[in-house]
Amino acid sequence: MVFANPAVVSAGLDLEASFTDLLQGLGLSPGAAHLLWLPLPMLLVLVAAVVGVLVNVWLERKISAAVQQRIGPEYAGALGILQPLADGLKLLFKEDIIPARADGLLFTLGPVLVLVPVILSWLVVPFGQNLLISNVGVGIFLWISLSSIQPIGLLMAGYASNNKYSLLGGLRAAAQSISYEIPLALAVLAVVMMSNSLSTVDIVDQQTGAGILSWNIWRQPVGFAIFWICALAECERLPFDLPEAEEELVAGYQTEYSGMKFALFYLGSYINLVLSALLVSVLYLGGWGFPLPVEWIVNLTGQPIDAPLVQVITATTGIVMTVLKAYLLVFFAILLRWTVPRVRIDQLLDLGWKFLLPIALVNLLVTAGLKLAFPAFFGG
Amino acid sequence: MTIASSTQLICFTVLSAVVAIGALGVVLLPNIVYSAFLLGGVFLSVAGLYLLLNASFVAAAQVLVYVGAVNVLILFAIMLVNKKEDLAAIPGLALRRLLSGAVCAGLFALLLRVAFTTPWATPGPEPVGEEATIRIGEHLFSDYLLPFELASVLLLMAMIGAIVLARRDVMTADIATGEPADQGLIEKSRTPLLLEKSN
Repeated sequence: MVFANPAVVSAGLDLEASFTDLLQGLGLSPGAAHLLWLPLPMLLVLVAAVVGVLVNVWLERKISAAVQQRIGPEYAGALGILQPLADGLKLLFKEDIIPARADGLLFTLGPVLVLVPVILSWLVVPFGQNLLISNVGVGIFLWISLSSIQPIGLLMAGYASNNKYSLLGGLRAAAQSISYEIPLALAVLAVVMMSNSLSTVDIVDQQTGAGILSWNIWRQPVGFAIFWICALAECERLPFDLPEAEEELVAGYQTEYSGMKFALFYLGSYINLVLSALLVSVLYLGGWGFPLPVEWIVNLTGQPIDAPLVQVITATTGIVMTVLKAYLLVFFAILLRWTVPRVRIDQLLDLGWKFLLPIALVNLLVTAGLKLAFPAFFGG
Repeated sequence: MTIASSTQLICFTVLSAVVAIGALGVVLLPNIVYSAFLLGGVFLSVAGLYLLLNASFVAAAQVLVYVGAVNVLILFAIMLVNKKEDLAAIPGLALRRLLSGAVCAGLFALLLRVAFTTPWATPGPEPVGEEATIRIGEHLFSDYLLPFELASVLLLMAMIGAIVLARRDVMTADIATGEPADQGLIEKSRTPLLLEKSN
């Protein structure tokens, strides 16, 4: 089994080692240095996620405006760039209402249960060889299992609101989320089969080597399409935003929510969108990989690959590439939202169960066959 | 005591307490919806215990199967049939409660006795850690193949049964009363508007 190119593994920045070395140089014990290191990447990723949401909200407002030939937010900062901050502050200061006959405890717990698994999933998103919180062995499987907790939060919110529209919205959201989880997992499984590992770092490593040509999208075009459709459905983005279809369900499970609890749902859905885009780029678009192989470019300049300056530059390119790919996908998702109409609930379930699921199974079977036939190209 | 081991001890204590108290709540709470949500919490805490044992794949599978599938299904069933109605009082409820309490206490005593008399091999075998995924896969396709396949056949049977029960159009008579069942959609009949123009 070939897990990763050893030359790639030895390269790349290891910030943790440098940080703990620095603290140990100041006279701290290794345990204490490690303990001081632990919260740093978590905080950094949390901040990155929230900033990602702010950018996302701004993009959504600006792109929707452009699609409808409006100008969009303009006065809050240059090009309305401070508008999402104003939105957030407004939600923060709004009155927090719990309806009289609602179940207060479950009503509060619902949004939290929706948000927490999404944030936890950022644990496995890699921005570089060592630039992720934890390279856990179950990697991508952890994301799939964490995202299956979300329906419980949605059902909880829908039930606790004591409102028929909320309950229907919650049930729809849970049904949709379960239906699309299966083709999603099967599409991921085909990629995992090619890279012989569940770890996100190994999945990206398997796509480096020949730059853009070695990305999984060429070997898994069907899987890419399935994954993207399912990811949109999991994020409840249009054309799959049935749980909050305004014309039928007021606002679905969010109907009774206001203030910060509503903001948690809002935050959760946008963090989930950015996360899905990041994972699409990790699984199919080569993650932090540059379209041209980085080793090749470095060799052209005549520098050794582990020189400090080269490492900083490659790590920065990696982060920029990951974020760039993710935001291109987000742009595409926003464009889709403002272009296509919503599907009906029976069409949604038909698409999931009768079309995507069989196609995903066939894709898995074909991948397995190709892996046996051409082990050099499909990860033997 | 190092930082790692004390963290582990604290996590273990909290998780076990959540499992024990949550399980009691599942059984004792009168509101069935609370019981179902608490069951999800218990499943999650058990996954946490697996994580503490270095079995991350089993923990993730536990969350996916028990929380994501089983518990959501239970919640669906409850929310679709949950009618707020006062159930008729069962005669001899106190005696029933006493009896079931006695059975539970007996079972608990038995389990305690087994736990304290078994010569547990401590410390247990070395955890395989990240290798566990590969090891589980090898077992599922070799010595545990038959149980695995049998379980899948059982699930398939349950699924077909559920579809037969749910799709009333395959049955001609009502199960409970034996009367011929009405297969039509419960919808107001209407005449198509464009029928005459097309003729």
